[in-house]
Amino acid sequence: MTVPLLRLQGLTKAYPGVVANNNVSFEIGQGEVHALLGENGAGKSTLVKMIYGLVKPDSGTMELNGTKFAPSEPRQARADGIAMVFQHFSLFDALNVAENIALGMENPPAMRDLASRIREVSETYGLPLDPYRTVGDLSAGERQRVEIIRCLLQDPKLLIMDEPTSVLTPQEVEILFMTLQKLRAEGTSILYISHKLEEIRTLCDHATILRLGQNVGECIPSETSAREMAELMVGSALQTPERSRRTPGEVVLDISGLSVPAPSAFGTPLKNLHMTVRKGEILGIGGVAGNGQDELLGVLSGETLVEPDAIKFEGRKIGALGPNARRGLGVLAAPEERLGHAAAPDMSLTENAMLTGAVREGLENRGFLNWGAAKEFADRIIERFDVRTPGPENAARSLSGGNLQKFVIGREVLQNPQVLVVNQPTWGVDAAAAASIRQSLLDLAADGTAVICISQDLDELMEIADSFAALNEGRLSAPRPTANLTVDEIGLMMGGAHGMEVAHV
Amino acid sequence: MIRLEKRPQPSRVWSLITPVFAVLATMVFGGILFAMLGKNPVEAIQTIFYDPLFGEFAFYYRPQLLVKGAPLVLIAIGLSLGFRAGIWNIGAEGQYIMGAICGAAVGLAFYPLEAAYIFPLMILAGALGGWIWAMIPAFLKVRFGTNEILVSLMLVYVAEQMLASVSLGLLKNPQGFGFPGSRNLQQYDSAHNAELITGTGMHWGVVAAFVAVIFAYVLLNRHMLGFHIRLTGEAPRAAKFAGVHPARLILFCLGISGALAGLAGLFEVSGPSGVVSIDFNVGYGFTAIIVAFLGRLHPVGILLAGGLMALTYIGGEIAQSRLGLPSAAIQVFQGMLLFFLLALDLLTNFRIAIRKRGVA
Repeated sequence: MTVPLLRLQGLTKAYPGVVANNNVSFEIGQGEVHALLGENGAGKSTLVKMIYGLVKPDSGTMELNGTKFAPSEPRQARADGIAMVFQHFSLFDALNVAENIALGMENPPAMRDLASRIREVSETYGLPLDPYRTVGDLSAGERQRVEIIRCLLQDPKLLIMDEPTSVLTPQEVEILFMTLQKLRAEGTSILYISHKLEEIRTLCDHATILRLGQNVGECIPSETSAREMAELMVGSALQTPERSRRTPGEVVLDISGLSVPAPSAFGTPLKNLHMTVRKGEILGIGGVAGNGQDELLGVLSGETLVEPDAIKFEGRKIGALGPNARRGLGVLAAPEERLGHAAAPDMSLTENAMLTGAVREGLENRGFLNWGAAKEFADRIIERFDVRTPGPENAARSLSGGNLQKFVIGREVLQNPQVLVVNQPTWGVDAAAAASIRQSLLDLAADGTAVICISQDLDELMEIADSFAALNEGRLSAPRPTANLTVDEIGLMMGGAHGMEVAHV
Repeated sequence: MIRLEKRPQPSRVWSLITPVFAVLATMVFGGILFAMLGKNPVEAIQTIFYDPLFGEFAFYYRPQLLVKGAPLVLIAIGLSLGFRAGIWNIGAEGQYIMGAICGAAVGLAFYPLEAAYIFPLMILAGALGGWIWAMIPAFLKVRFGTNEILVSLMLVYVAEQMLASVSLGLLKNPQGFGFPGSRNLQQYDSAHNAELITGTGMHWGVVAAFVAVIFAYVLLNRHMLGFHIRLTGEAPRAAKFAGVHPARLILFCLGISGALAGLAGLFEVSGPSGVVSIDFNVGYGFTAIIVAFLGRLHPVGILLAGGLMALTYIGGEIAQSRLGLPSAAIQVFQGMLLFFLLALDLLTNFRIAIRKRGVA
């Protein structure tokens, strides 16, 4: 067929202060899996929002099957056969699968009919799903199935998927890819957004690469190396973090028999965790989101208190010590959520430096605050970690995600921790910033700090960690050296396919 | 099309000038209101804002400004600490009553003994009375997770009944010919919160209000506890990460606001009012909530807001008696002031952009 399914021509969208998309043009063919590649902030989201009718372009045109296409709202885009699976699920935990799907429909059929249609579609595409299960009990992979089936019920011509594999184990990714290939075979086109290059190389027929809102190149992923694509994305040669050879010293942090009940109805309880971290060692903890990562960080930072002897630091029982007592000893942490947890959005960087730095940097004296010293500390973080901001008096929320992340990690690194726990240290951060954050963790370990890096980015963990363990439904697998681990083994540690049935197609 | 765009960070300039704009807008729209009621708007506004300060009878009204403003500021300072941390004490009126009852009771217990230690003891008792009354919602919240807004508010009505009870019973003046109400503390030297400088309205409550302003300013800007209060209000999770103990903070914030409200009650009952009576409370505890927000929960702002509020009260009364404005019109006028302040507050965090619609 010569008429492409969707043709974009000169799409431009500017927001105050930033041009999100600048004259972007490309085509998606019928039955093609088209990858949209780019770093965070490259304009991928804005582009698909325009296709999905959430955002109106300032200029440029779109054509669907050769006719003009300008959806004014998502409903219209859906009517024209465009469906989208968002990165963040919009599901209600307390409702079951069928009820959740009915909520998104304009004229939902009777629940019984809907349930049988869900079964039918889910089995056709190899995504078995019980329509009567409560969404709160589903794994991330199964929740994604709900979103996919919600889309497939509309019989879409184009399925947009925004970073679908970030919540999946390698085994679950395989199941998803089989489904997508089946869809392609039936003639459905897929616009696949990701920054995971290997995935794109195995799945996609064609790739468009965005950088700073512009289309900087197209390629056939199976014929292009991951490195070439990465360099197109970043626009310069990539610097891989260097890891020096180091031999881990004695055990600094010893966790044994750590169990914590779930903090809320849909939180994850931690079940009987055991691990030790040595001086100079980086322990990587992988696992799909929602398997106890936040809870584990809370326990290690001292926000959640546990039995005193569940956590030992250099032989001292610290399980019942709060965050500041642990900071005093040198056990520091950087949570995942930058705004609202690691930093207070409306407070200045100086105040945010005070937030965790007061104890170790001597920013307070008998409760009275030394703002001059706090400002100096903030200045030091900004300088050492190349945080782009006019100055420490600016509010945390005025920084971009990557810059704030550099600040948050830098704040802990500069306090010379004995143990540093980080959760998702490079989440939503551009490649250059991510590399510098990883390098700082490696440098810290080289100086003898024990680092625990909780992350969902397996590539990151393989790059920096000495040993690897996986969190799965609140349980931690036994840590193993990363050196000889295969992707399959990692996947199995992460819970394999999470009990999801494999496609029977 | 007019759109609101979020500023990257709150504008300091706007946060300072919006109160001025709000007062001006209130004058304009209040003037229109008064004109519609058939009064000369300029004269009405002048009566409310100018006469109490510089008019013919200002020598009488100016001290009133301090007398009315001091309890408002004292209570509002305490409330603002909790409000900053997201802890909502709505029951300052009850704590004010309990402070007055406890403080007056201590004073009356010593009657007719004259001693220098009586008034300090009354101050302690007043603060303690308000503190205990505020500890009830605090304890229930910490222990059982109850809502402090409801509990503290309901305790106001309990306190009012207690006030009626002691006015008719425990604290009733034995020489009062059976009328409800206590002995007049103004006639009992050791317990009298007299004017420190005659004719100025300056009494110990005014001193306490100024001290509270300074204390709150130092606490919020220079002390870890104040930093934790602000942090808890802005980002509770970050506060916990910074080592804040939420239960302790609740106890502290409710406790201090209760104690300050109790103090305000004590200074009022031993000074301007003099008598524990059924109608002792006139709503300072509730008005102080408005004052706290009017002052943007900032100590200095609260000081100014307390003064402004007292001014509109006194000016409003003058306007009622001299121009025959209905009291409802004065209340609308005061409501307008709050409305404009809160509405214009939007400009601190947002800027107005006038743009054409994007190309479809």
